[in-house]
Amino acid sequence: MPRRKGAPEVNAGSMADIAFLLLIFFLVTTTIETDAGLDRMLPPIEPPDTDVIIKQKNIFTVNINRNGQLLVEDNLMEIKDLREAATAFLENGADGTCSYCKGRKNPSSSDNPTKAIISLKNDRETKYSTYITVQNELVGAYNDLRNREAQRLFGRDFTKMEAEYLNPETPSSVRDELKDKVKRIQDMFPQKLSEAETTTN
Amino acid sequence: MAKFTKKKDGDLPAVSTASLPDIVFMLLFFFMTVTTMKDSSLMVANTLPNASEIKKLEKKDRVIYIYVGTPTQEYQKVFGTEPKIQLNDKFANVDEVGTFILAERAKKPQELQNVLTTALKVDKDANMGLITDIKQQLREVNALKVNYTTYEGDAFNNLQ
Repeated sequence: MPRRKGAPEVNAGSMADIAFLLLIFFLVTTTIETDAGLDRMLPPIEPPDTDVIIKQKNIFTVNINRNGQLLVEDNLMEIKDLREAATAFLENGADGTCSYCKGRKNPSSSDNPTKAIISLKNDRETKYSTYITVQNELVGAYNDLRNREAQRLFGRDFTKMEAEYLNPETPSSVRDELKDKVKRIQDMFPQKLSEAETTTN
Repeated sequence: MAKFTKKKDGDLPAVSTASLPDIVFMLLFFFMTVTTMKDSSLMVANTLPNASEIKKLEKKDRVIYIYVGTPTQEYQKVFGTEPKIQLNDKFANVDEVGTFILAERAKKPQELQNVLTTALKVDKDANMGLITDIKQQLREVNALKVNYTTYEGDAFNNLQ
């Protein structure tokens, strides 16, 4: 009697299980790489048309030397104290027009958060890691203040609101709502971080 | 002819494998979406510093990468041990950064050309002198939005 059947069928029922196992394994282990870092704007190359006169007391100078030491407002300072000093400077509010500031209103420090400028200078020999740490602390000072005000006004952190606003997956209705809030907080403490050209000495 | 086709009762019914292609396709699509093509291999040491106040770099198509660091072992004989700039697949001098940015910008679609970010992936042991020169170059070509790419972590770990 001739054989009618072809090759016997292989039982592939468990193949789906194996595929799922693989899928779950990769789902768990894969990290979708997104880069993150400190966002900064560089100053434009052409100088502004009108010379703006800035009072010395509205500038918070931070100098980093080649050994990674900090000179803040002509005093030597440890990096770990920098955030606190910058925060105190930003919300000093000497002219009394800033209703949300909790600073000491020291007349020899900044007038108003909208006028306060942080100036960062570094040496050519400064290590990049030190520079990033200092940048991080200065951005951190801004973020701390913004978070505080956002908590008071809207009951949530500014950094979270901004991240949600910038996330392209957020629905546009939520984005529009967040836009005003983010803008309002940003206007309360505008980030004015100037980076002058590096000194060579 | 029922006599011939009758099956024995104890036989397992064959499991349908009709869904198998679906599963394989699912896997395939998963990897297709997740995989990021590495368009340039690193020729410099690139241990980024840590920072805590970071923002995510969304939308990869709007980012131009610049790598800085000491050349890796195999390139050290030729290029020395001083930190170098890597643009795409080759080492470059500082004065080539500007033209590189302009060339990369021209490759992007028109509507993205004004919203590009330059991601600086700089090794933590590099000196600021080189970075300052790069920043000056970026200013000259009006690429003002930069991102100092870092790892997430405590910034004070950098100082050790």
